[in-house]
Amino acid sequence: MTFLIQQTLIYAVPLMIVALAGVFAERSGIINLALEGIMIFGAFSGVLFVNLVQRTGMFDAAKAANDYLALQGFELMAMAVAAIMGAIFSLLLSFASVNLKADQTIGGTALNLLAPALVLFFIRIIANQNTLQMYTGDAGSWFMIKKSMFGYGRSDEMGFFGSTFIDKTYIATYICILLFVVLSILLYKTRFGLRLRSCGENPQAADSLGINVYKTRYAGTTISGALAGLGGFVYALTTANCAATGEVAGFGFLALAVMIFGNWKPLNIAGAALLFGLFKCVAASYTSIDINGDGVFLLAQLGISGHLYRMLPYLVTLVVLAFTSKKSRAPKAEGIPYDKGKR
Amino acid sequence: MKENRSGLLARDGTKSVLASLISIIIGMAVGAVIVVLVGLFNPGMGLKTMWEGVRLVLFGLFSTGRDAAGSLTFGFNPTNMGDMLFRATPLILTGLSVAVAYKTGLFNIGAPGQYLMGTAATLILSLSIPTSVVPAPLVWVIAFAGGALAGALWGCIPGLVKAFLNINEVLACIMTNWIAANLVTWIFDNGSLFENLQNHVENTKTAYIYKTSFNGVETSKMGLDVIFPNSQVNGGILIAILIAVLMYILMNKTTLGYELKACGANRHAARYAGISDKRNIVLSMAIAGALSGAGASLYYLAGNTEFYWISAYQSLPATGFNGIAVALLAVCNPIGVIFAGCFMSMLDIVGLQLTNLTSYNEYITDVIIAIIVYLSAFSLVIKLFISGGGRRRRKAAAVKPAASPEPAAPPEGGGGPAPDGDGGKGGDQA
Repeated sequence: MTFLIQQTLIYAVPLMIVALAGVFAERSGIINLALEGIMIFGAFSGVLFVNLVQRTGMFDAAKAANDYLALQGFELMAMAVAAIMGAIFSLLLSFASVNLKADQTIGGTALNLLAPALVLFFIRIIANQNTLQMYTGDAGSWFMIKKSMFGYGRSDEMGFFGSTFIDKTYIATYICILLFVVLSILLYKTRFGLRLRSCGENPQAADSLGINVYKTRYAGTTISGALAGLGGFVYALTTANCAATGEVAGFGFLALAVMIFGNWKPLNIAGAALLFGLFKCVAASYTSIDINGDGVFLLAQLGISGHLYRMLPYLVTLVVLAFTSKKSRAPKAEGIPYDKGKR
Repeated sequence: MKENRSGLLARDGTKSVLASLISIIIGMAVGAVIVVLVGLFNPGMGLKTMWEGVRLVLFGLFSTGRDAAGSLTFGFNPTNMGDMLFRATPLILTGLSVAVAYKTGLFNIGAPGQYLMGTAATLILSLSIPTSVVPAPLVWVIAFAGGALAGALWGCIPGLVKAFLNINEVLACIMTNWIAANLVTWIFDNGSLFENLQNHVENTKTAYIYKTSFNGVETSKMGLDVIFPNSQVNGGILIAILIAVLMYILMNKTTLGYELKACGANRHAARYAGISDKRNIVLSMAIAGALSGAGASLYYLAGNTEFYWISAYQSLPATGFNGIAVALLAVCNPIGVIFAGCFMSMLDIVGLQLTNLTSYNEYITDVIIAIIVYLSAFSLVIKLFISGGGRRRRKAAAVKPAASPEPAAPPEGGGGPAPDGDGGKGGDQA
């Protein structure tokens, strides 16, 4: 059970934060199909930052002295770098869709093509292979929170809560959850959030009340880019051992599905993300899931092919969308370039 | 003044071509700039490598390797040219697939999935039907039709859910892509139904499917190997061009094509006019799927291509995604798709040359493709810019009474085709 919850969280949190990224863009009126590309770019930036800083040896002393606080700070810095680079990358989309009134779907697709190409081009030149890894050590030994940090010994029990939510987790997961809550409040309870949402529903009316639609849309897309970049790095850190490979296994698109399934509302999105996280977790580790702790690996013994489990997240998305899409209500003005002269 | 406006430059088609050419030029230029920047900041490369990289990015198709002194040589390279045509074959078809769906107002990002399903059906049919019983050409036809049919069925799914359940087709396409990826891996996996198609004859290889030539099924060369010796080219490119022409006729000269385009222009208006919008959405996606599937068929029926099944569930075939780039570059015109496909496969060849001859790698060409797609997103702006420039020049011409507006056109029209000449020439020779 502990394993199941931890693994589900690992998959659900990047999905959740990237789906929220989608919400910020679409609520401001820009379809952000580029989530996948921005995730790839963010993951690359974060991993590159970790790699380069490790090369300078800045944190070697901290690592040798088991100074966990410094290492967690390092992780936070990498997250910040990934978010900033994601935001910068997303400016390409905002520029095309706000200033040049371009087709947002095509613009997003272009970014999705551009990110892996650029990233792989540089990874090949930097690392001479198709994967960029940490310079030394692995994500577990550098960044993972372990029970030894809290004075527990190797064989001590932390209790259910401790072993599930503290031991062998990443601080990035909890930062993302915190950000998710804060930004959801920002979207619904502040003046900025109201203005942002109004630009996605009726930009002409918003403009008539003195809101700068262009600026607001830029803000929405930039927040979206930062969150997607962050989500990409968190994905690479927690599931891929802090390595960038120029792909995030379709997580950006899955996040889009989560967003639509969650009806563009944060609370629903959190639920949807947990559901898909569970399916992703089953797909990734169905052979080692022991649901009730009796040593029987039920899912592996069912005799169903692993390919079916891997297919399941996508199949379920399609089926669930089939049932909910009639009720789904997208922001009214999404995908339509704002033209001041139009009414 | 009315007559002047109907000049070559004012026509919408010309503007589209010009906009695409400008996209290509900017894309190639940015690619060259990235190569230069990387060369400048990378001490291991040096100026010589950098200059070689730039030349290869721009003229890689005509590269003939290195001479004895170690410097790059350029000239007509029939192998490269033939390989370009061979690689263009599936690209033209996936490009057509995206283009046809786009004309119906659908963004077919599902081409990779349809391509994979086409691959699976083609390989299964062409390898399972014994050529000792059924003549090989007939097996070829069955496999080709099967591939197209599998693609069509797979394309139907997003079409159906879009038409009847109002699910965004982009999302449905992405989901069906990954479902197809896992399904195809499953089909060929150990212990599955078609396990026996794995290539165990060539011992060094694991997880490959037999080439179709093992069963004696391969596309006829149709004499193209005489023109382009040592290359992979075969009759597939001619079939692809034929299909492109047929699609042009279908979209522009038939009732069905008109109905499809009407649905794309305004679904509700089309329904008001008595056109069944749901039927047309499904039909459009089915045609698009069939085209992608046919692209896969032509690629794998070549006889010298292999399918690496285990990679399928990890990454989707790039040919499908590049189809989007091809279609957008061609402004969704079926005839333009032929040239755009050749151009894209030329970039492919450029990438290979870069990897083989310098310390750069092939991903720079993907960057170029992405930039071209990005620019085509605002081709409207570029078009406006072109007509704006044209108008200004026309005004200037009107001031001088002797000058006619025509001389204004050649500088842009004449300067443009040069970089596309590679793609254009390739298409003509086929």
